[in-house]
Amino acid sequence: MELLGGNEAVVRASINAGCNFFAAYPITPSSEIAHGMAELLPKYNGTFIQMEDEIASVSAVIGAAMTGATAMTATSGPGFSLMQESIGYAAMTETPIVIIDIMRSGPSTGMPTAPSQGDILQARFGSHGDYPIIVLTPATVADMYHLTEKAFRLAEKYLVPVIVMADEITAHMKESVDLPELKHKKKADQRRKPTTKKRECLGIGLRRHKTGLAHDISGMPTADSIQYEKLLKRLMSKIGSAKDLVCTKLEGDEEPEVVLLAYGSPYRSAKAAMKLLKKDGIRSALLKFEIIWPFPENIVKEISKKAVKLIVPEMNMGHIIREVERVAGHSHKIISVSSFGRLMTPETIVEASI
Amino acid sequence: MDYWTKMDTSCPIDQAYSENNDIQIRIAGRGGQGIRKLGLVLAEACTLEGKTVVQTQNYTPEVRGGSSKADIILSHKEEIDYPLIRKIDIFLSLGQQDRSKNFSMLANHAIVICDSGLVEPPNSNCRHIGFPFEITAKKEFSDKIFANMILLGTFVAVTGIVRSETVASVIKKRIKKYKDKNLNAFSRGIEIGNAKLHKTLTFPAN
Repeated sequence: MELLGGNEAVVRASINAGCNFFAAYPITPSSEIAHGMAELLPKYNGTFIQMEDEIASVSAVIGAAMTGATAMTATSGPGFSLMQESIGYAAMTETPIVIIDIMRSGPSTGMPTAPSQGDILQARFGSHGDYPIIVLTPATVADMYHLTEKAFRLAEKYLVPVIVMADEITAHMKESVDLPELKHKKKADQRRKPTTKKRECLGIGLRRHKTGLAHDISGMPTADSIQYEKLLKRLMSKIGSAKDLVCTKLEGDEEPEVVLLAYGSPYRSAKAAMKLLKKDGIRSALLKFEIIWPFPENIVKEISKKAVKLIVPEMNMGHIIREVERVAGHSHKIISVSSFGRLMTPETIVEASI
Repeated sequence: MDYWTKMDTSCPIDQAYSENNDIQIRIAGRGGQGIRKLGLVLAEACTLEGKTVVQTQNYTPEVRGGSSKADIILSHKEEIDYPLIRKIDIFLSLGQQDRSKNFSMLANHAIVICDSGLVEPPNSNCRHIGFPFEITAKKEFSDKIFANMILLGTFVAVTGIVRSETVASVIKKRIKKYKDKNLNAFSRGIEIGNAKLHKTLTFPAN
């Protein structure tokens, strides 16, 4: 066992996943990731660049990923907002990038050191147009490690931008964990090569064309709406029905009266609330989302059949509750438990549940 | 200058630990006193001894003189759900900052160890220890910056939550500047704690 911080776990997971390019503009509460990558990447034959802003950071990451690097950036709300256009570009050009967004209270500069989950809808809809995106939501330091590692795998597999969205609490908290050690340094000639065969890299082999414009199968721009529709549908279908993108954990009573649905730190409040409810003699179950986008509709639909009362604790004014309402339908009593700039206590969840 | 309330040898902290499955510790003071360092060393030592630990700290823009705190939850269960502290079982303080708020969170059985030169003792009848840590640090180690390590030593001696060897090994690993002085300050703290306490409180094994 060792004591490890959330951001430190992200750094270790990235290095172990083979990340060899990191460009970012350090911002609270994600700065420790930049600090860690700056220290480690040169030792692992990787590249660390501090860019002039977040638009440049994500652009550098996209460029590096196109040439075969395993690339990542880390930011918080204000920087994440700046990155939106380029996230769409990464989705359109099918470039596998990983973005770590440590959410802080917004809008704008907000409360830089206070936790939030206010970027959840932005992650899904922030760039214009329809585009595929995968978002993972860790709740513990161990999650920070495992889900970051998973983010790299999913990015390479589906060739989409993947975002790990944690809140300030998870990022800054230190926990006793049992996680893999940092891998040994590789020699220069053993540098990691692109992992998937389908991954095509600029600068290797044939000349390729990458564009944010709608393109046909040759990769060249097209103004043909039929070709465009084909492209769009193909992009969306990559993650549409993928089974490994359903990542939830269900615990608690098998015949619950109340179902709690949570992601990130509020999952921990909900878990404590579940124990309190048990003391009060109320049967409850807790569904934890580890991947929030694509939204696990079938799982939520299934679980919503078990109980009439659904509680969705979030550190925002209610983002994921909209999805729950859409999926579960209006016959349910769906209650939002919000907190702003701090984590809700288990008691507030219990109050809403009774 | 120092005051010691009688430490009950049948310490209810053990009871609290087995009933609630956790012990919640807050360390508070001013920015620049090494409060966060103290929290980190303690949390890591507890981790090395196999306890489940969550450590949080306030990340307000901390400057010298502003309030600073570190919170630790220890448990013998495999996981800690709610990560923030909600009551204080053990309170270590080197400053008046947020005094009333912190004291209002004290549990009935709480143990309080404060710098008697800096903190007014709590009004409640919890078991409290006051000792002039900063003055001692200044006198014996020529800088009040070592007060945090003396406090840590006293805490270890009084509560017996971690073994002093484990803490010393973490200090060696994590503190880069003035390592020896920090270790000596820690040992001094243990002496202070032992001298005043007849029996060390036992902490249940995992």
